[in-house]
Amino acid sequence: MRTIFTLKILLLCTFLSVSGFEVSAKEESPEGSKKDIKTEIKEYIDHHLKDSHDFSIFSYTEDNGEHVYVGIPLPVILWDEGLKVFSSSKFHHGETIAEAGGNYYALEHGKIYKTDAEGNLNHDEEGHVTNAKPIDFSITKNVVMMIITGALMLWLFSSLARSYAKNNGVPTGAGRFFEPIVIYIRDDIARPTIGEKRYRKYMPFLLTIFFFIWFLNMFGLTPLGINVTGNIAITFGLALLTFLITNFTGTKDYWKHLVDPLGDAMPWYGKIPIYIILVPIELLGLIIKPFALLIRLYANMQAGHIVLMSLIGLMFIFKSWIGSPLSFFLAFAITLIEVLVALLQAYIFTMLSSLYFGFASEEHDHEEEPELAHL
Amino acid sequence: MEKLINDFSFGLFVWQTLLFLILLYLLYRFAWKPILNAINDREEGIKNALAAAEDAKKEMQNVTADSEKLLQEARGEREAMLKEAREIREKMVADARDQAKQEGDKLIAQAKATIESEKKAAVAEIKSQVADLSVQIAEKILKDQLANKDKQLKLVDDMLGDIKLN
Repeated sequence: MRTIFTLKILLLCTFLSVSGFEVSAKEESPEGSKKDIKTEIKEYIDHHLKDSHDFSIFSYTEDNGEHVYVGIPLPVILWDEGLKVFSSSKFHHGETIAEAGGNYYALEHGKIYKTDAEGNLNHDEEGHVTNAKPIDFSITKNVVMMIITGALMLWLFSSLARSYAKNNGVPTGAGRFFEPIVIYIRDDIARPTIGEKRYRKYMPFLLTIFFFIWFLNMFGLTPLGINVTGNIAITFGLALLTFLITNFTGTKDYWKHLVDPLGDAMPWYGKIPIYIILVPIELLGLIIKPFALLIRLYANMQAGHIVLMSLIGLMFIFKSWIGSPLSFFLAFAITLIEVLVALLQAYIFTMLSSLYFGFASEEHDHEEEPELAHL
Repeated sequence: MEKLINDFSFGLFVWQTLLFLILLYLLYRFAWKPILNAINDREEGIKNALAAAEDAKKEMQNVTADSEKLLQEARGEREAMLKEAREIREKMVADARDQAKQEGDKLIAQAKATIESEKKAAVAEIKSQVADLSVQIAEKILKDQLANKDKQLKLVDDMLGDIKLN
């Protein structure tokens, strides 16, 4: 088994270094400088990290210079003085402008701008496009991935749920793998942080968010070039839900603790000077906690993808039989670490959400460590 | 920060929130609720089974203790019965011995009395027979003695000689 595995890696290495040669042969013809390939890789990484309006699997340049994209166009839904729906194939991957309902739209760096019939885009001094942006509700690649992940989760866990009824309370198949994780989240995340009395209420959210993040992180490691959890809008949405649930299920004690952190430990005239500083900090903490949550997930996934893609890009920069396999192995090692990070980030997000819910459900003890609150 | 805000897509955020909430509801309805219930039920089942086993063990122990006690009692009872039986036996034997002795004594006493009376009767008989025999012997001797004249004379002489001596 092992020798076959090593053989496969060696084959892959040779293939990759050969393809590296091919790229170099192609790229050297127009300008022949190393900078070009570097900027190309940088642009490629930038492009990959962003959401896109079509589900492209790969692209290549034909000998006559024509760019060929292999993938599926996705529907574009715009709100611009009425609903505009058209296929993203109209943009031809940003190369042409699209016309819908008398308006013209252009695609630049993953964003849709309103433009005129010639497709002119105005830029300010810093290079930002100043054209008007319609509100974009397109079914983008990330939305598609979320739907796929959601369907997968629904199928996986409802089949797990059904297997209990069929098999007398014992899971079968993949459920044997997922049930311990569900129990772990219940017994080692929700129960100790929220408490025996109220943890049940939060379980569905914690389970959903854990598997949602984990699965999307894992999809991010596939060669499909998906980066859902490394998107700020996604992590913002997830953290916002945590924030809303925390504060809408907060007990009276939680709110009292927020505006009166010292309680009866001090007379009121002593509290005034302290509270001028303490209460704003507490209130700020309300926002900072979920904000840290959203930035942590976003930054970790984004960073992972950048490192991984940079290492893969290095293969094309080294263009040698030593450097390219080396960066391949490095990329391989980082991928393994990323598998761990994928799980870890899902765990951390769930754990911290659970911890915040725990703070919101506190009822009598005000003795929890303040350090934990600012994780 | 500016890059972050620039990267933020409102549409994606809306889709994400919407899809996540739908997913949350569907999973809650079709997956988490039955899964957590099933796990809970199973755990309760295990807990109950363990408690039942513990109870059964205690019950077993009680039963064993009871039977042990019963056995002890039975053993004690047997002991007592045996003891009683032994006593009764001894008493019976002693009674029988006493009675036999009494009976024997009585018989012996009777026998003694009978022997005494028989003896007396025999002695009386012997006495009377001796008297008869003595008379007969004396008669015969006298007849013999007084058969001839010499002898009669001699007798008279002897008797006269005796008297003289006196």
